[in-house]
Amino acid sequence: MGGLLLALLAPGSEARGVQVFETTLDNGLKVLLLEEHKAPVVTFHIWYRVGSRNEQFGRTGLAHLLEHMMFKGTEKIGAQEFSQRVRRNGGRDNAFTSQDYTGYFVTIAADRIELPLELEPDRMANLRLDPAEVNRERSVVMEERRMRTEDDPSSALWEEVQAAAFKAHPYGNPVIGWMEDLRQLTLPDIQNFYKTYYAPNNAVVVVVGDFDRATLLPKIQKAFGSILRGPEPPPVRSDEPPQKGERRVVLRRPDARLPSLVAAFHVPNLKDPDCYTLDVLEVILAGGKSARLYRRLVYEKQLALGAGAYYARVSADPDLFSLYATPLPGKTVEELEHALYAEIEQIKNELVSPRELQKAKNQIEASFLFSQDSIFSLARQLASHEIVAGWRSWEAYLPGIRAVTREDIQRVARKYFTQDNRTVGVLIPGDQQPATSGQQSAVSN
Amino acid sequence: MKRELIKTGLVILVLALGLPKLSESAPLGRRSEMKNGLTLLVAERSTLPMVTVEVLVKAGSLREPREKAGLANLTAELLPLGTASRTALEISEAIEFVGGGLSASGSQDFASLSLTVLKRDLDLGLELLADVLMRPAFREEEIARKMKELQGSIRQKQEDPGTVVREAFASSLFGEHPYGRPVEGTEESLPRITRKDLVAFHQRYFVPNNSILSAAGDVTLEEMQGALEKHLQGWAQEPVAALDVSKVSPPVTQQLVKIDREVTQANIVWGHLGIERKNPDYYALSVMNLILGGGGLTSRLMRSIREEQGWAYDVHSYFSARRLPGAFVVILQTKNETAGPATEEVLRQIRDIREKGVTAEELEEAKGFLTGSFPLRFETNGDVVSFLAAVEFYDLGMDYPERYPEIIRAVTREDILRVARNYLHPNRGILVVLADPAKTKLPPDLLGSAKD
Repeated sequence: MGGLLLALLAPGSEARGVQVFETTLDNGLKVLLLEEHKAPVVTFHIWYRVGSRNEQFGRTGLAHLLEHMMFKGTEKIGAQEFSQRVRRNGGRDNAFTSQDYTGYFVTIAADRIELPLELEPDRMANLRLDPAEVNRERSVVMEERRMRTEDDPSSALWEEVQAAAFKAHPYGNPVIGWMEDLRQLTLPDIQNFYKTYYAPNNAVVVVVGDFDRATLLPKIQKAFGSILRGPEPPPVRSDEPPQKGERRVVLRRPDARLPSLVAAFHVPNLKDPDCYTLDVLEVILAGGKSARLYRRLVYEKQLALGAGAYYARVSADPDLFSLYATPLPGKTVEELEHALYAEIEQIKNELVSPRELQKAKNQIEASFLFSQDSIFSLARQLASHEIVAGWRSWEAYLPGIRAVTREDIQRVARKYFTQDNRTVGVLIPGDQQPATSGQQSAVSN
Repeated sequence: MKRELIKTGLVILVLALGLPKLSESAPLGRRSEMKNGLTLLVAERSTLPMVTVEVLVKAGSLREPREKAGLANLTAELLPLGTASRTALEISEAIEFVGGGLSASGSQDFASLSLTVLKRDLDLGLELLADVLMRPAFREEEIARKMKELQGSIRQKQEDPGTVVREAFASSLFGEHPYGRPVEGTEESLPRITRKDLVAFHQRYFVPNNSILSAAGDVTLEEMQGALEKHLQGWAQEPVAALDVSKVSPPVTQQLVKIDREVTQANIVWGHLGIERKNPDYYALSVMNLILGGGGLTSRLMRSIREEQGWAYDVHSYFSARRLPGAFVVILQTKNETAGPATEEVLRQIRDIREKGVTAEELEEAKGFLTGSFPLRFETNGDVVSFLAAVEFYDLGMDYPERYPEIIRAVTREDILRVARNYLHPNRGILVVLADPAKTKLPPDLLGSAKD
């Protein structure tokens, strides 16, 4: 087990070095440590290399349901005792599931670091999966889905677009799972998933904050070292075939008040050097009020209530670059869609100005620095990069951004922002306005 | 659009860290007053070459006339959209070119302006901040554009059931009081606002003696004083009228507001009038509420409604303690079919804590969390500037971070029982339910089934 020490230089600061220590325990557990002594606090993260990407058709939502079950106790501790003990000690804990990972964290005073070190290995190895608890938690997750998607027209639209864009790859499935799948997930499904993916060799521990590496590392080794390495989890084999023509989905919802539009393009992720150019493009299009989409569509032409772009760079497999916009009342989706594509065509036809490129790079460098103000954010960046491509892809980020040229922008826009590579989603408010505030009735008794 | 789910519905990015051993460390920030009456608060934190600034102006919707609802917010939002010497685009281009941010927003109690810049661009940032604060142009075309945008957002937010129930609740509880209406105004009230109103509102309230400026990051108090003397030149003190807002008359019986909509999940708010921030019982109520419904997965409401019944993903309660008494509310979402029993359980829990109070163990856990996690609330520069501004706005004193743990530790079980009885009114609340009427049955004896 040999440690590796690497120094990063934060942008705008010649004085500040960010030192990440990396090692792998004998059982395969990856450990990343970053000392940050500005306050006597630590954030302890353990992320598993499993997300909705690893789910099978018919069993979507499994990774997220298991995340919920991780708070239901082990052979040693009762349901909710994990959070209770963290809170009693003034800490905060939570978890999140994405397409690619499931992450758990505890943020707590530096002198309470023993607590996550006692609790996390226990639930990695000894989770209690009780059938009654599974059924209750299934209901909770179904409520979560109703809140996040079923009754929210714009998230429902994103779900439709993602599903239309991916035919073969599990990125087409929502992280929370389809409602019908949630109903049918079984206890053995969850048990198998836990056994397959929750092992030290499929996890990464990231600690950022006020600790001494020489003292903390042996404690981590002691806490996790006795958990046996598991069999290597099966790789995800699906590759999304190239898209050969535009796909359009229409979602008609009576509860929507305004129409909206999403246009998404298949693009590479951070494993491809084009990722830096795509990131710069995202900022040129949507990085603030002086950026193209806001300035042109919202401010000058007054076609849109809002417009933006989102590029999923940090993902294990290639995902989407999405443009989205909502027409201002009185304007149509069609007008707005044309105007949106006109912006894309302009990027393809005319080189962006040197100043515009420099502005985007300045914005990215500054945000990268601002995000280091939070140890939680540092841990999150390290862990997410580590899971999808190794944490050094985080270190490579700014040099990659700095190298982007005006010609790169044009080349990349021409390569990916084509009609054949596009999936468009349109949300249409229903013709029938349902009863709302008009039907209020007050009853006193 | 990040496709990621967070377990308890808390926004994890608000998580923050700070200085647990506060009594042993330097104070969080330093305070001084400028000659023109502006209060200045600075937290020197030199870890990163960046500075965050927040200006809080006591010019919230509490200050606007009812027929001009939205005036305070519109004034704030128009600040960065043009000054005597700069257009909206010139302002956004200048700040975005250096990777910084400058934004303004309105709220009920105050307006705020926020600036984040690299240390090397602090002078530029403060120059822009001062310009938009002191010399906004309120050009007619910007007013018209912003008005259309706000009207669009007002319409769009009606598709969010959570917003609809919260607004219906506020309107039922507060009536004509400014806390009863959305800060951005309504589609009807906005067109009544004129440029003259905006200019007058700005002149009357955006004055230094009515403002607080807090800064955190790689900067000293002396540097800030010097820079502000330069950039805020000409910003003069003016007398500001005392706040004049009518009192709220809380309902004497339970009220029900039903909103019918074809949804899969009922959205429910129940609550009544709460307290102002300066109420001395604020701290005992914080502890009580944490145990009742403010403590994430471990609160009583979460345990019974989520963990035992599986009826909801989220249920929580809070006292909105502001400049004037705000509301106490319980908020939950549950499928239409369980709306009735879940609401009954909320009221049962409230009656229970009023009758029996809390256990010694619950009290210890809550105190451990509030004292231990207090420093986690100000890790980043952004957290620190908001915290400092709030300390000043609510007149808590610069020693507040040191006093807080003692105040919390002093709370007893008797205090909890007393405040639960005084401030929770299970038979005098307003219940707002947005649900599918075909699938939802609220039991007829739901309201007022026990003696208050």
